[in-house]
Amino acid sequence: MKIRIHSFETLGAHDGPGLRTVVFFQGCPIKCLYCHNPDMICTKGGKEYSINEVVEFCEKFRVYHGEDGGITLSGGEPLMQAEGALKLIRALKKEGFHVCIDTSGAVKLSDTVKEVLNEVDIVLFDIKHTDADKYFELTSQPITNMIAMLEYLKTTQKAFYARQVIVPTLTDSIEQVKKFKELAKGAERVELLPYHTLGVNKWQKLGMEYKLKNIPSATQELMKKLNLV
Amino acid sequence: MQEKNTTQIWEEFKGTKWKTNVDVREFIVKNYEPYKGGHEFLVGPSQKTAILRDKFLELLVEEKKRGGVYNLDADRVISVMSHPAGYMDKENEVIVGFQTDEPLKRGLNPFGGIKMAREGAEAYGYKVGELVEEQFKYATTHNCGVFKAYTPEMKKLRKNGVITGLPDAYGRGRIIGDYRRLALYGADKLLIDKKREKDELGGHMTNEKIRLREELQGQIDFLSKLKDMAKLYGYDISNPATNAKEAIQWTYFAYLGSIKESNGAAMSLGRVSTFFDIYIERDIKNGTLTEESAQELIDQFVLKLRMARHLRTPAYNDLFAGDPTWVTEAIGGMGLDGRTMVTKTSFRFMHTLYNLETAPEPNMTVLWSNNLPEKFKLYCAKVSHDTSSIQYENDDLMRGIFTDDYGIACCVSAMTLGKQMQYFGARCNIAKLLLLCLNGGKDELTGEQILPEIPDYKVMLKEDGTLDFKKVQKHFLKSVDYLCEQYVNTMNIIHYMHDKYAYENVQMSFHDAKVERLMAFGIAGISVLADSLSAIKFAKVTPKTDEKGIVVDYAVDGDFPTFGNDDNKVDKIAQEVVEYFYNSLKKTPCHRDATHTLSLLTITSNVVYGKLTGNTPCGRKLGQPFAPGANPYHNREKHGAVASLNSVAKLSYEFCRDGISNTFSISPQSLGKEEKTVFSNIATLLDGYFKNGGFHLNVNMHKKEELQKAHEAPKEYPNLTVRVSGYAVRFGVLSSKHREEVLDRTFF
Repeated sequence: MKIRIHSFETLGAHDGPGLRTVVFFQGCPIKCLYCHNPDMICTKGGKEYSINEVVEFCEKFRVYHGEDGGITLSGGEPLMQAEGALKLIRALKKEGFHVCIDTSGAVKLSDTVKEVLNEVDIVLFDIKHTDADKYFELTSQPITNMIAMLEYLKTTQKAFYARQVIVPTLTDSIEQVKKFKELAKGAERVELLPYHTLGVNKWQKLGMEYKLKNIPSATQELMKKLNLV
Repeated sequence: MQEKNTTQIWEEFKGTKWKTNVDVREFIVKNYEPYKGGHEFLVGPSQKTAILRDKFLELLVEEKKRGGVYNLDADRVISVMSHPAGYMDKENEVIVGFQTDEPLKRGLNPFGGIKMAREGAEAYGYKVGELVEEQFKYATTHNCGVFKAYTPEMKKLRKNGVITGLPDAYGRGRIIGDYRRLALYGADKLLIDKKREKDELGGHMTNEKIRLREELQGQIDFLSKLKDMAKLYGYDISNPATNAKEAIQWTYFAYLGSIKESNGAAMSLGRVSTFFDIYIERDIKNGTLTEESAQELIDQFVLKLRMARHLRTPAYNDLFAGDPTWVTEAIGGMGLDGRTMVTKTSFRFMHTLYNLETAPEPNMTVLWSNNLPEKFKLYCAKVSHDTSSIQYENDDLMRGIFTDDYGIACCVSAMTLGKQMQYFGARCNIAKLLLLCLNGGKDELTGEQILPEIPDYKVMLKEDGTLDFKKVQKHFLKSVDYLCEQYVNTMNIIHYMHDKYAYENVQMSFHDAKVERLMAFGIAGISVLADSLSAIKFAKVTPKTDEKGIVVDYAVDGDFPTFGNDDNKVDKIAQEVVEYFYNSLKKTPCHRDATHTLSLLTITSNVVYGKLTGNTPCGRKLGQPFAPGANPYHNREKHGAVASLNSVAKLSYEFCRDGISNTFSISPQSLGKEEKTVFSNIATLLDGYFKNGGFHLNVNMHKKEELQKAHEAPKEYPNLTVRVSGYAVRFGVLSSKHREEVLDRTFF
């Protein structure tokens, strides 16, 4: 069984608790307007790795994880390769790693996906938008998969962090953030992530049109204000 | 003040052996109190300190206005007794003593070479006085001696930038006197000891015995002069210090005498904070000192250290940019008995970065151990986050070799205090050596024959015209052998002459007579070399020649792994070259039976070396700086910071006992959102790196955008400090080229 990996980041400090090794899966079912990893959307890119290779890679960084850190599967959308992800998680757990998965929830809640969610330690759950229409505009996918997965996390009382990227004009209204926090009830943590423009170049490099060209990064003041909501 | 005799002064201290024989370590171990708490007890600067600090900051501005040198006394030679007492603001100075009669006024030290002294003076608009010129017409300097003995082969290697930065025209430095001895024992007991050591050298007079007898007499003379110097400031240092203030003042006098007599590149301090802590805590317990006055003593001591100055030439500044003095102080670490050596004064010392504002000196070096108290770890992380002024070195690696009483000279050079000294040997340009080898020993830039004539790249090709790794490796290692032999012999000449003509009497008087000598060699450009060899091994590299047949560039076809990604394919190449190099050095014996050591450290010479090195097979272009120290080449790290750290950590300290420098730039946001998280992540990162065998880490925590702004308008960021390569500098003091190099580095 091979999994398609875009890349690794060996110093992850924003992807779950502590310092983490982040495995970026290639391929994503949704196409967010602000995606900062557009090079990970296409399912054909990246490189194939065996489960063993990835575990061996992670092993080299275990000593940096300290008491709280571990491995985070991110992407792309790791649940798009749910079977591979599940095998990897089991292998990592067997070696004693703390494992998080970073997902947008935009995949069908299959049995395999459920198993993945059951087996990881924490789910980093990205709620792109709370409004069905806006969600579709932003991601070109219906909101239903995300809602179903969120419900599943809540009913199974899974430890999860709810996260939302704050994009000026799209998700930065107080009302929207309120709804997000309402929806996120039950989360261990609620995180608002400031939108930044660092990914814009990647779109250009890929020859793709970036639709949010004129939208500035979220300012510190804005984040402060919304964090108080 | 001196009613007490030595026995009375020592009465309250535990231990017996150190009272008969000079043994500062035993005194510390028997008397210090480990501290595992946090930094809450620290206090701000006293009024006196604040006044002095502000005056100092004004002087710094003026010094910069005057082109980098505030004042120079070019009319006399600086030495221990050359100048009357100097003060900045006598009333407010709790710790006293300057190198000359005025703060920041530099002295003229021509013992390394009168030419350098002259160039230094002239560069800043001064002229060496007639009397000095007259005296040095008849004196042999270190530099004269060396050039009388150099062979033509050595001169070629030196001139073409293969071995550069050699201490053949300036003071070698890297010697740490155990300055604490003066405070613990007083000058008189040390004098008696030195006389005994000299008397013991009787019988058949070998060269070495004669030399040592002469040196010991020099030490005795200079110890006496040190007593006279202290008298100028109203202190009698014959007897041991009786309290914290005296202990700090005596120690400072010992250091001050050293920097008056010698102007070595790195004049490091050693490991004083825990030693001071014993006196401070005793005085606090006795009710004769408060936390405020204890902090005042440390602040003012550190302020004095920040004002140490030497006269340098512009060429020197290229190699050692930013006017560093390397007053390196080793802080923390663990004792051999398992107790931490962190004390409250470890905190007080680091706290000067807040009380006196951020500054590069003294070069604070935290000896990191996995077992350090958690609260100290977090405090270090906070100080790094706030000031970028700390470097970290692996105590768990060093303690077993150097005991728990070692200091760090310069950036990464460990030595047991009072027991070991170093013969500093700068470094060789190993990337250029590869290019010389491919060109049959000819310089790739000038075409000049530098190495003896050897077969060139034509014998190292495969049938398809690309370089054959095995063949290149074989010829390259032969070149390493040639270079190493020349390098050791060159160093032997340099240090023979330095011992003879620029001996460090004061510093050596604070060592045992039977000192162990370490001869420190160095490699610059290891990541460029490793990547270049990796390109030859894993991609197809075709040499491109100019009309004279010199290889000036390379066509590279295909991918190859690069150092800094935790990929054994290339990391192993670096490891093996270092091991081979070290073993090759050892084939040639050193002056005075010194032990060979090796460092992967560049200071800031990575910029100069880059200038002197043509295109390399890894894709680096002619003139582009190397990465500093053992760092992976800029922006070739693809898996993030930790993979980069792992590659460097694989380079073995076993072969690099003089240190492996790694300079790390990370934006605080990369380590988390809240400060608390950032601090604990820094501590976790350091724990991981050192557990994995990493040796040294300079931690810079700036945003790249902030540095970019400071590069464009350095005046607006006068105190912005960056760690460059084993030491820190004020960013604005660096040349524009050096600032650009700092900005080109990988920012995680």
